[in-house]
Amino acid sequence: MLIVTCIKQVPDTTQVKIDPVTNTLVREGVPFIMNPYDTHALEESLRLKDRYGFRVVAISMGPPNADVTLRKALAVGVDEVVLLSDRAFGGADTLATSKVLAEAIARLAKEDELAFVICGQQTIDGDTAQVGPGIATRMKLAQITLVDRVDSVDLTAKRAVLRRKLEGRHELVESRMPAMLTVVREINRPRYPTVPMRLAAADAPVPIWNNEVLGLDVQTIGLKGSPTKVNKIFSPQREMGEIIGDGTHDPDGTAKLLIDRMLEKDLLAL
Amino acid sequence: MNHPKIFALLVVISVVAFIYSCIVRFRLVSVGKPSDRISRFGERVWSMLLYAFGQKRVVSRPFGLNHFAIFWSFLVLALANAEFVVSGVTGKAVSFMLLPHPVYAALYLLFDVISVVTIVAILIAMGRRFFCPPKFIDALSRDAFIILTMILGLMIAFFGTHGAEMAARIAEGKNAFHYMPVSSAVAGLFAGMAPHAIQHAAVGFWWLHAVILLSFLNYLPYSKHMHILTAIPNCFLRSLTQVNTLPREAFTKDATYGVGDIKGFTWKDLFDSYSCTECGRCQDVCPAANTGKPLNPKQVIHDLKLNVLANGPALLEGGKPGVPLIGTGEHGSISEDAIWSCTSCGACMEACPVFIEQMPKLLMLRRHLVETEGKFPEELITFFENSEQRSNPWGIAPAERTKWYANLDVKPFDEHTEYLFFVGCAGAFDARSKQVTVALAHIFDAAGISWGVLGRDEKCCGDSLRRLGNEYVFDRMVRENIDTFKTRGVKKIVTQCPHCFSTLKNDYKQFGIELEVIHHTELLQQLIAAGKLPISAAAQGRLVFHDSCYLARHNDITEAPRAVLAATGAEPLEMPRHGRESFCCGAGGGRMWMEENLGTRINTTRVTEALAENPDTICVSCPYCLTMMEDGLKDVDAFDRVHVKDVAEIVAEHLREAVKK
Ligand SMILES: Cc1cc2nc3c(=O)[nH]c(=O)nc-3n(C[C@H](O)[C@H](O)[C@@H](O)COP(=O)(O)OP(=O)(O)OC[C@H]3O[C@@H](n4cnc5c(N)ncnc54)[C@H](O)[C@@H]3O)c2cc1C
Ligand code: SF4
Ligand code: SF4
Repeated sequence: MLIVTCIKQVPDTTQVKIDPVTNTLVREGVPFIMNPYDTHALEESLRLKDRYGFRVVAISMGPPNADVTLRKALAVGVDEVVLLSDRAFGGADTLATSKVLAEAIARLAKEDELAFVICGQQTIDGDTAQVGPGIATRMKLAQITLVDRVDSVDLTAKRAVLRRKLEGRHELVESRMPAMLTVVREINRPRYPTVPMRLAAADAPVPIWNNEVLGLDVQTIGLKGSPTKVNKIFSPQREMGEIIGDGTHDPDGTAKLLIDRMLEKDLLAL
Repeated sequence: MNHPKIFALLVVISVVAFIYSCIVRFRLVSVGKPSDRISRFGERVWSMLLYAFGQKRVVSRPFGLNHFAIFWSFLVLALANAEFVVSGVTGKAVSFMLLPHPVYAALYLLFDVISVVTIVAILIAMGRRFFCPPKFIDALSRDAFIILTMILGLMIAFFGTHGAEMAARIAEGKNAFHYMPVSSAVAGLFAGMAPHAIQHAAVGFWWLHAVILLSFLNYLPYSKHMHILTAIPNCFLRSLTQVNTLPREAFTKDATYGVGDIKGFTWKDLFDSYSCTECGRCQDVCPAANTGKPLNPKQVIHDLKLNVLANGPALLEGGKPGVPLIGTGEHGSISEDAIWSCTSCGACMEACPVFIEQMPKLLMLRRHLVETEGKFPEELITFFENSEQRSNPWGIAPAERTKWYANLDVKPFDEHTEYLFFVGCAGAFDARSKQVTVALAHIFDAAGISWGVLGRDEKCCGDSLRRLGNEYVFDRMVRENIDTFKTRGVKKIVTQCPHCFSTLKNDYKQFGIELEVIHHTELLQQLIAAGKLPISAAAQGRLVFHDSCYLARHNDITEAPRAVLAATGAEPLEMPRHGRESFCCGAGGGRMWMEENLGTRINTTRVTEALAENPDTICVSCPYCLTMMEDGLKDVDAFDRVHVKDVAEIVAEHLREAVKK
């Protein structure tokens, strides 16, 4: 049985700066990384593989250089990867993205019975948390978001027991399969690639599926198929703080002052 | 009658058995990888003379002189025993008696006296083990007592034989040999015995001597006293580089990464395990062993030996090892907890009288765990990911490397700059260490030297990565840094951190770049000596200096920081363990990035030692030491009365007002 895990290559947002003049993202020289949430989706797929013997395929929609990120998936032990890359996919919003991903998953599911699609909770650049649910809806999969533990999988009855992490509580759910899971970061600690696996992954082929393979209507994908347009990206203006007290000569008094100020602004609870 | 034929037969059997045991054991060493331990022959011979024959390291510790006495007696008596065998086999036809009288008289005088020295030394050794056993040796080990008893037995048999023979001569009315005073005295004990009884006693003691000697020979290869055979060569074969930089790795597909079984070690590593004297000195100085961690370098070497003996035969036949090298820590395996406890401080190697290289072995095992198995304490994954993605341990954005000089006039390094100031990750990101960095910047400007920084292009030097066994990422990091050095024209580097210093200086050489690297304390010493730093010396309270392992032990820099401190008017106090014998702060070997869950804390041990000097200031020369000492002071509630300062900060405080910014 098959697990498809969805991975997005994102800019390392801690290194992204906003251009103060144009108020747009300055992405030059910013390295790309695997979306941190997706490292946990990947790890959970591999753990399920270790526990139940699933075949794991990692897919990503992105530019041709996203193969680097897929190679990282190979280096930790996925069986196969597919890169979904075509100019026609570019500029996609969550609707168009989930359409392409769903189509690719459906193709993979033709060869092997689909058990799970596993996504990260959200990305660190788009932050919508919609792509996973979008895939589930299109493919009519059970949809279990914010999973922080996979308790058991019954391969014959095709049912899985999962725990969801919600605000202040947990929810234990039993789901039919195939199911789409999005996972939170607490679910696991990702493994570290060994050198032999890294070397093998470095020259493994990364198959690319473009729209000739998927054959989707170009009006429904990429920029054209995206009802959402991001008009402007900007960082909110932060007010400059003030320097209070004299930390060098009166550290205790200054600390008191600071605490009072924070209480005043209701930033501290007593 | 001494029965020369029977004795000859016994000698042949013993010697054949001994040679066989040696071949069986030493052949196992050949499963290891090659390692060049012959080049620089002259230095090696010298090292052997100094450390094996001169016992330089042995005598540096209590009871070392005792060992010196036993060692030299042993060499001298080897001659006596050789004669014993030859004369025994030839029915006394060939012996030293054939030599001119003065020569053999002198020889026998020597044997006679030395044998007494040996008895005294052996009794001292036994007494020490009984009455004041040091905690770092297995004082009452059977092995030790068997050997000590055998040597004692040999001496008794020696005097018994010669005493009885002498008594027989006297009974015959001949003179005693005046050149064997002790044996002559022993002869007195036989006085009054019937002549044939004396004869029997002489023969009896002679055979006792023969049996002990031949047993001893055959016991050696199976005991810790195998070091009698291996210690001298081990001093010849020792690593001649000051720092035990680990070998580079070829990242080809069919290679192995790190050491997972004894085949991965070099033959010298395996030979080391045969050379251990179980003296326990490494254990005595090891910060891990001293704070209740499951690492004991002596045990590591012992387990390695057991592993070689257990797996060697199968591996020689091309088979698979049966006993894992990394395992439970019992019966010839080394536990992961032990492997991860090492701070790479190098104290074990500094203490070992026979130059066993414990630390690099542990680090090679780490490599295997990280690179081949992906197994390591879980907190390290963040460190590894951060290093790989953002080129620093904390995972802070590289752009923030420039933050410490946001309000200072610091120039980027270009081809006209003399020194690259390699700030280091701690120096650029750690709030406390940034103060040291700023102090250094002021000092460099005050001295008017030409210096610059790489800013956001600087990457971690990779020290912790390498010591933690992540050679793959280290390798990449080094090549990237070297590219930057080459394109920017860097030739001279001054570092704030001893780890950057040692890594850039020693490890980077393996990557084909020769840099002139200098630690800030050395540069400050030079600047002061050249009169370029306007310092006004002033008395300071009680200041105790803590040596960094990577400066003092790994790079032999102990004078520079002290000279600099003296120039500021400080009179640094010394802890009992200082200079090359310094005790680690606990942060080296990548331990900085790991939890210290086992045993007690290394830094509090060291801070307690420092506090015994009743200091106002603990002075350091390393950002890791700075953190560890400050944390240690907090742990023992002394942070509000004792300050921790870097040498550079103390110098900056004493720059003459005129040049202060
Ligand atoms: C700053 C910014 C703001 C944006 N705002 C919006 C917006 O408000 N509305 C909108 O519709 N679009 C928006 N987009 C575009 C949107 O990010 C992408 O179009 C969409 O591909 C992914 O959405 P996401 O990044 O929010 O993913 P999320 O829905 O947060 O991702 C959830 C999971 O889906 C999977 N996944 C997501 N993308 C991929 C992929 N390309 N390949 C494989 N798996 C994937 C991963 O497992 C991921 O963890 C924005 C993009 C940026 C850079
Ligand atoms: S290097 Fe230091 S910590 Fe490691 S084994 Fe040797 S003495 Fe112990
Ligand atoms: S390794 Fe060296 S220091 Fe340690 S016990 Fe053996 S001989 Fe002594």
